[in-house]
Amino acid sequence: MSTGKNQLFNQKIQVMNNYELMVIFTPVLSEDDFKSAQKKYQDFIKENGGDTVASNPWGLKSLAYPIDKKTTGIYWILEFTGPATINEKLKVQFLRDEQIMRHMITKLDKYAVEYNHIKRNGGFPVHKAQEA
Amino acid sequence: MAKNEIKYLTAIKQEKPKKKFCRFKKYGIKYVDYKDIEFLKKFINEQGKMLPRRLSGNSLKYQRKVADAVKKARQMALLPYVTDLLK
Repeated sequence: MSTGKNQLFNQKIQVMNNYELMVIFTPVLSEDDFKSAQKKYQDFIKENGGDTVASNPWGLKSLAYPIDKKTTGIYWILEFTGPATINEKLKVQFLRDEQIMRHMITKLDKYAVEYNHIKRNGGFPVHKAQEA
Repeated sequence: MAKNEIKYLTAIKQEKPKKKFCRFKKYGIKYVDYKDIEFLKKFINEQGKMLPRRLSGNSLKYQRKVADAVKKARQMALLPYVTDLLK
């Protein structure tokens, strides 16, 4: 009985969650630097037992209000799966990185995963069709 | 004086105001995306403040989700915290 419990416990540790990461890089970044930074963090996630689901670089976009006296930023969105421990490690990396102005990691529930999946595959989100 | 002789200065509204509804429940939207700014703008006023449920008609469950999404969008500079003439 105790071994069974142990197995269950071990399984719980292995649970992978779905996360979405949004990063704003500083606008002075070159195209190559942007790509290498993306690769760096995707590799970092892989090393820590996670995996990339989808990467979506939005590119240069104007900000709604200035951050660090800058009015534009380079947006990058990454959907990934990973154990819950990955977030703290990522956060440390982001805070150390001077190219990053702001970052946010969101946990996705099952509806969010479904929504992102539909959106990625070219289907329109439900409300867009019905608002018209 | 008979009742039907009462006269009003302005015509009484005959139509009933449209019943408000929660668009999330009606259309089966389960997830409010903080990245979809155009959609979130339907729930904020010109100053960038959130509309109350009284006006938007959202059910409490989805009003909370919209609020979370708007706050996330503000953090990531997709929506402004304060502004004028947003729309």
